[in-house]
Amino acid sequence: MPDGSLKLRGRVTVVLGDNVDTDLIYPGRYLNVTDREKTAEHLFELAYPDIRTALKPGDFIVAAKNFGCGSSREQAAAALKFAGAGALIAASFARIFFRNSINLGLPAVVAPEACAACAAGDELEIDLAAGEIRNLTQDRLVHAAGLDPRAVELLAAGGLIPYLKRKHAA
Amino acid sequence: MGMTLAEKILARAAGRETVAPDQIVVARVDLAMSHENADLVRKSFLEIGVARVWDPSKIVIIFDHRIPAESEKTATTHKAVREFVAAQGIQNFYDVGRGGICHQVLPENGHVRPGMVLVGTDSHTTTHGAFGAFATGIGATEMAGVWTEGALWFKVPSTLRIEVGGEFRPWISAKDLILRVIGMLGAAGADYQAVEFDGPAIRSMTVASRMVLANLSMEMGAKVAFTPVDETLLDYLRPRTTEKLEMIGPDPDARYQRVIHLSAGEDLWEPQIACPHAVDNVKPLSELGDVPVDQAVLGSCTNGRLEDLEIAARILAGRTVHPHTRLIVIPASQQIYRSALRLGYLDALVAAGAMVNAPGCGPCVGVHQGILAAGETCVSSTNRNFLGRMGSKDSRVYLASPAVVAASAVAGKLAHPETIVKEVPCLTEV
Repeated sequence: MPDGSLKLRGRVTVVLGDNVDTDLIYPGRYLNVTDREKTAEHLFELAYPDIRTALKPGDFIVAAKNFGCGSSREQAAAALKFAGAGALIAASFARIFFRNSINLGLPAVVAPEACAACAAGDELEIDLAAGEIRNLTQDRLVHAAGLDPRAVELLAAGGLIPYLKRKHAA
Repeated sequence: MGMTLAEKILARAAGRETVAPDQIVVARVDLAMSHENADLVRKSFLEIGVARVWDPSKIVIIFDHRIPAESEKTATTHKAVREFVAAQGIQNFYDVGRGGICHQVLPENGHVRPGMVLVGTDSHTTTHGAFGAFATGIGATEMAGVWTEGALWFKVPSTLRIEVGGEFRPWISAKDLILRVIGMLGAAGADYQAVEFDGPAIRSMTVASRMVLANLSMEMGAKVAFTPVDETLLDYLRPRTTEKLEMIGPDPDARYQRVIHLSAGEDLWEPQIACPHAVDNVKPLSELGDVPVDQAVLGSCTNGRLEDLEIAARILAGRTVHPHTRLIVIPASQQIYRSALRLGYLDALVAAGAMVNAPGCGPCVGVHQGILAAGETCVSSTNRNFLGRMGSKDSRVYLASPAVVAASAVAGKLAHPETIVKEVPCLTEV
């Protein structure tokens, strides 16, 4: 979301289950990769290598509860962002992962019914501020939790670094 | 209305009279810890563009994930962090051979005190709740923000209280208790919550054992996890710091989201094992049948402390590691390493056929010092058994107590310590 827009449109790459941990998203062996863009090369490498090739710029990843549990590794959120994900939608997120995503400018949207209401390939429209997801393919509305104003502010700035850069330049 | 310990610490750090769950507060940070990922933090910090960190005396950097450097890539990041630390005047830096695992080094050297707000770029930062600190993990970019501003926003967590009475049965430890709790509540069972452990069974625990509870609470999603601030804890801290220590605890009329009562004796009859590939996939040992193990690992921020090495040494003394099994032992810190040398624990373990690695995270994160091949099985005293965590995606990790790890190393398969040793050893380390 480099332009800071709070409305997104994209396609669902995949619908995942509960407790997708950060080791699955980004294996520990690549933690010494500190160039954020390069983390994308290892996204889901051990468990679901097909996701990276299927993921098109602006796509959404949908998951059930506790997405991103486990390690605090920021590379997990970075790999998703730089592989092209436009937003993450899950029934719930693990807290460190959630903050990492927002801090990197990658929207993480809590939507308890998203798994049941979306299938791979569906076209979605997300309104981050309103907390609303429209599944255009299935022509249905999916309720999402509205983002905390603090998170909206960070996303609108493009992430924590641009936000702090602006704040401390003044 | 009274406050829980998490609420009390956050209220104070945010400069408020009271706070309540779900409120967003900006809290002052007392201590900011990073390990190798300080290199990521450094990069984000440089991007933000301020010249100096907010307070170099409140930053601690401890190398532990890849020590000594296992590759040129790591050597380069280590070097970059060393240069940054020197340029910023960060005194609390524990380089190769000076510290060990961050979560052991921080308390051991008196950096952690009750009532503090502590953030670390490591999920197991919850460990420091055993010292009465509001301690939680954050990501690298978030830490760059802390290095810039010395403060962070938090959502005040609701609190789950777990009271444990009774006495532990022979061979049953803190690891078995917390695995049982995680098995009951699930990997998301305490998501975003604070956890308070208390009760006679908790208060009778050593500080090292309490750290196991706070450490592994992260695996059920806890933001922070506390054990009581009592005389046992203050006795541990007094020789390590000249700062004033405060006996801080929840108010008697604090409001809890949920209170769970457990009995150490009645609810824990046998060792608990987290089976592949999830920490909440917990089963009692007797239900698992014959599980041959290729590798046994004793170490990590969860269970690499002196009492863990002692019980393993007592089980392995005069015995040998099974010919089909490799035993890898990693003391959690240089201080523990020295004590275990002095007390003869490492000699007993090496004589039995164990390989001792240098203090650090070892193979737990899957980068070095004992990676698993496809088809291999490991029993480990560490904290995660996710798919591919310790090597091949076709390997399996079973998480267990140090006593079960040691017994399994002798048996060559998952084993109850009572099948190896008739009498439960009386531990000297407290």
